[in-house]
Amino acid sequence: MSETRFISGDEAFAQGIRLARAQVISAYPITPQTIVVERLAEMVEEGQLDSRFIHVESEHSAMMAAMGASAVGARTFTATSSQGLLYMAECLSYVSGGRFPIVMMNANRATALPWSIYGDHRDSLSLLDCGWIQIYVEDAQEALDMAVQAYALAEAEEIRLPVMVNLDGFILTHTYEPVDIPDQETIDAFLPGRDTWDRLDPENPVSMAVTVGPELNEEINILHHKASINALDTIKKVDDKYRKITGRGYGGALRTYLTEDADYILISLGSISGLIREEADRLRDEGIRAGTVSIRMMRPFPRDELIRVLKGARAVGVIDKDISFGYEGTVYTNVNSALMQGRSHIPTYDFVGGIGGRNISLADIEECFKDMMSGRPEESVKFIGTEVEDDIG
Amino acid sequence: MKEITWYGRGGQGAFTASRILGAAAMTGGFKSLAFPSFGPERRGAPIRAFTRISKDRIVDRSIVRNNDYIIVLDDTLYDSALLKSLKENGRLLINTNRDRNYFDDERVLPGDISSYAEQILKRPIVNIGILGMLAAVDPDIGPGEIYKAVTEYMSGKVADNNIMLFDMIYNTYGGRGND
Repeated sequence: MSETRFISGDEAFAQGIRLARAQVISAYPITPQTIVVERLAEMVEEGQLDSRFIHVESEHSAMMAAMGASAVGARTFTATSSQGLLYMAECLSYVSGGRFPIVMMNANRATALPWSIYGDHRDSLSLLDCGWIQIYVEDAQEALDMAVQAYALAEAEEIRLPVMVNLDGFILTHTYEPVDIPDQETIDAFLPGRDTWDRLDPENPVSMAVTVGPELNEEINILHHKASINALDTIKKVDDKYRKITGRGYGGALRTYLTEDADYILISLGSISGLIREEADRLRDEGIRAGTVSIRMMRPFPRDELIRVLKGARAVGVIDKDISFGYEGTVYTNVNSALMQGRSHIPTYDFVGGIGGRNISLADIEECFKDMMSGRPEESVKFIGTEVEDDIG
Repeated sequence: MKEITWYGRGGQGAFTASRILGAAAMTGGFKSLAFPSFGPERRGAPIRAFTRISKDRIVDRSIVRNNDYIIVLDDTLYDSALLKSLKENGRLLINTNRDRNYFDDERVLPGDISSYAEQILKRPIVNIGILGMLAAVDPDIGPGEIYKAVTEYMSGKVADNNIMLFDMIYNTYGGRGND
């Protein structure tokens, strides 16, 4: 029997990792990730989870310990945020290039300076090129469900890559809401233990994490790239199976809403997506054909599907909780590249907001749609939400 | 949708109460969200917490701007400007030993919860006690759901004493259906 509990996104993710029976957990605490590893430490201590918990001295070591454990065939987990993610950046390409299917939760948080513990997407988006699969979730329920699904994706034979699941700092990690927690038997039926040929075994010695010369490096990169692309299809299969077993599913790399006949489509990542759907509903009541797309997977990037979904639109906007200084928001860059490859000349608009935890209100989103409808010309990047009072104090 | 902002100081339990209320609403068959605005806790610093309660799925995770209820745990945080962020028919519930006339606004519901808390908890912690006032004025939030949430999300003796305090406040401020 599943049960419904009133818990935070961090706690929901910890429940998902418990249900996935992670065998080795190595982590270093950082706000707003801390609670997920605290809960897991408690679960191990209380015997609810049969796992080796390694309390390391840094994020760099957290990722290397996870890699070592993964190399001997263990299902491994770690979690971090912001500066912690940047500190382990060197290790991220080791893990992806070595094809170790580690799952990591990242609590999206602004990067220093200015020092801030609040959320935005620059930490993970600045590491899009590190070879990991990147997923963004919308609420605590999806956090739990994707903690479980992430292992099915990471360990799939055609993929064998690490997966980073991103939760908006505070807005998801510290927001409490009702979450359905499936029972262990249900998740065991979905996700058997990790069983791999690709591991260190004293009986059959192999070399892992190797050095190569120029004659092989590109080939290995090509294999890595193809494996990543496979996740676009596998995420749908994994989700289908999960839906059949638990009754809950999310589809593939994109979550679309009212896009079929939409003139104006606003794109986003993570927790803001729900509020954008609400605004689309309101605009529909006024007779304006609005739609929304939430990108659930940024790597691999669902280019072909996005081209299809955006095809009939008169304007496309992107809300970016990130700015690549000197250019534009990174999600916007990726969306534009897809549209160009789809030979589309739909006007696009970049709305940058939610930086360092700044509130994005329904009125801000309404403003974005208005700009798309009027073809606001002045700035290539528009910062939103700056006119409202700060939400602190 | 019902929207509630809690004003308190770090250590007074505003965020805890916002969660207990959210959990109680869930038990009562509603969808609910509870979240803080403060990030890192600092004892004594002003903080806010929010609860949203609705029959339908809640997608608005932004800061609450228009409130059905504002709940103030510490009257040094009161400012009449807060009343501007009340919806029509909204109420402001405040823990204070000041007289009702001091506030000069029908929408303010003052109560000296601290003195009851001193009797029962032996400390001026009023976060659960003030839910007694809320349950007394709001038809959707009943004592049964609050008992269950407090029992499930707070530990043994603390939960028992807070339920006792809740009951006392609930009865004092005209709650029905408790006997």
